[in-house]
Amino acid sequence: MSSAAAEPLPGAGIEACFRLAWPGFALDAALQLPGRGVSALFGHSGSGKTTLLRCLAGLERATDGYLAVRGEVWQDDARAVFVPTHRRPLGYVFQEASLFPHLSVRRNLEFGLRRVAAAERRVSLDHAIALLGIEPLLERMPERLSGGERQRVAIARALATSPRLLLMDEPLAALDAQRKAEILPYLERLHGELDIPVVYVSHAPEEVARLADHVVLLRDGRVLASGAIDEVMPRLDLPFAHDEEAFVVVDAQVAGRDERFALTRLEFGGLPLWITGLEAPLGAQVRARVLARDVSLALAERHDSSILNVLPARVVSLDDASPGRTLVRLDVAGRALLARITTRSAVQMGIAPGMSLFAQVKGVALLR
Amino acid sequence: MMSAADFAAIRLTLELAAVTTAILLVIGTPVAWWLARTRSAWKGAVGAVVALPLVLPPTVIGFYLLVMMGPHGPVGQLTQALGLGLLPFSFAGLVVGSVFYSLPFVVQPLQQAFEAIGERPLEVAATLRAGALDTFFSVVLPLARPGFVTAAVLGFAHTVGEFGVVLMIGGNIPEKTRVVSVQIYDHVEALEYAQAHWLSAGMVAFSFLVLFLLHSRKRGGAR
Repeated sequence: MSSAAAEPLPGAGIEACFRLAWPGFALDAALQLPGRGVSALFGHSGSGKTTLLRCLAGLERATDGYLAVRGEVWQDDARAVFVPTHRRPLGYVFQEASLFPHLSVRRNLEFGLRRVAAAERRVSLDHAIALLGIEPLLERMPERLSGGERQRVAIARALATSPRLLLMDEPLAALDAQRKAEILPYLERLHGELDIPVVYVSHAPEEVARLADHVVLLRDGRVLASGAIDEVMPRLDLPFAHDEEAFVVVDAQVAGRDERFALTRLEFGGLPLWITGLEAPLGAQVRARVLARDVSLALAERHDSSILNVLPARVVSLDDASPGRTLVRLDVAGRALLARITTRSAVQMGIAPGMSLFAQVKGVALLR
Repeated sequence: MMSAADFAAIRLTLELAAVTTAILLVIGTPVAWWLARTRSAWKGAVGAVVALPLVLPPTVIGFYLLVMMGPHGPVGQLTQALGLGLLPFSFAGLVVGSVFYSLPFVVQPLQQAFEAIGERPLEVAATLRAGALDTFFSVVLPLARPGFVTAAVLGFAHTVGEFGVVLMIGGNIPEKTRVVSVQIYDHVEALEYAQAHWLSAGMVAFSFLVLFLLHSRKRGGAR
């Protein structure tokens, strides 16, 4: 759809190419990431996502590598350029918070800040503290913090160095669901308030859907796909669409509400999408998730069912999901939706690419 | 009671142990750091050389040091060429001998402390703009502090308890090389058991105290 528009401007994004061979594992990845927003490196364990992130940081030395971040070359082995990690203006959040145990929270935060020239400081310590809500923790020692608090301090510590690139290696993986829920809103705030590109490693589709603008899918050390989230997730040739919990994300605007029935009307591509609840303020940009199994298809627009959202759609492609089930990729006002229906229905309805029909969306969940 | 000669021996012993410990901390730290971090094929060989004094009789170490530092040995010729004279039977010679003899007691605790820190804090420091030397002083040293305390205490105590090497290269010169352990030996030879008791009991008490403090610190100091 808009792959040309999503292409980062030369010099504005992140351009990387790494080759690395270890016994039993090889990384061979070339990718271009946008210079703003959150890019997710997604894949199973062993797919090379953490190694790739470490190569971006310079913590791992790819033998044959190239890396330019917003026009600055950090590594170019063809010209024997390798900027060591401590000279790269980056922030790195490890999976375990890794706070220095001998320093208080405040001294942990100041550790990186003190080593950044005053002229290069663009994120103030106070701003970082406020963003992550860690004001009450400042005088504590790391051993007296909960896992979630530690991770928030680690994120603030990285931000306080005013990084030009923020790298996060599954910062939520070591936390339980409750702690995750505690941190996610802070991560979303970063996204909204700071103009720092983030590369985020994750193996949780839920997290990716909530945070990412751009997705890089890795397998066996190679890049399987890379693109805007709403382009990559609905692709039938990639494993996302074949997941039991397959979904697409829809970025939409809050356009209206129905107080009487406690419904909110989102709008995307000129089409309305009703969701239950009234939490989202009018005019807000929101992201919603539509599960493939919550979308059914009808040949005619029906008003005699309980389904609220019935959208005109065009069939783009079909693929067998599993025995007896078919995945249908739809184009709804220029956006992609996935529908998972039984193969028998697909055959009986004569569903084929190019066909116009109606998508009945049973459930829409607000992600952010 | 103790004589003036006994007190002189005690003073000399403490002086020797202090100087030796200071030198060992300076030399031992980079050696231990290298041993803890290297993937070099030399690691095994260097580690073994450092540990040799643990198993060799002190007389063997003393014998070779004597030969090396003597007038015909390479070290002896060097010190003579530099106008320093010969090291055997001098306080400086004792220091050299003690440094070798106590090396593993300083290097091994430091190496263990460095290894226990692991890779992660160093990587974190690098992502927070700290260079290698900066990281060593701002992260490694504070995190390895218990290791440094153990190393210093063991190095000191072990040097205080040294006998064989001293006898081989230092001899028995009052106020120059006669340390407590040698003084006790002299007392026993002269059948002065009362004096020997004072010094020996003092050594037992000192050693017990040092080890007691070290162990209670390890147990209590949940770091």
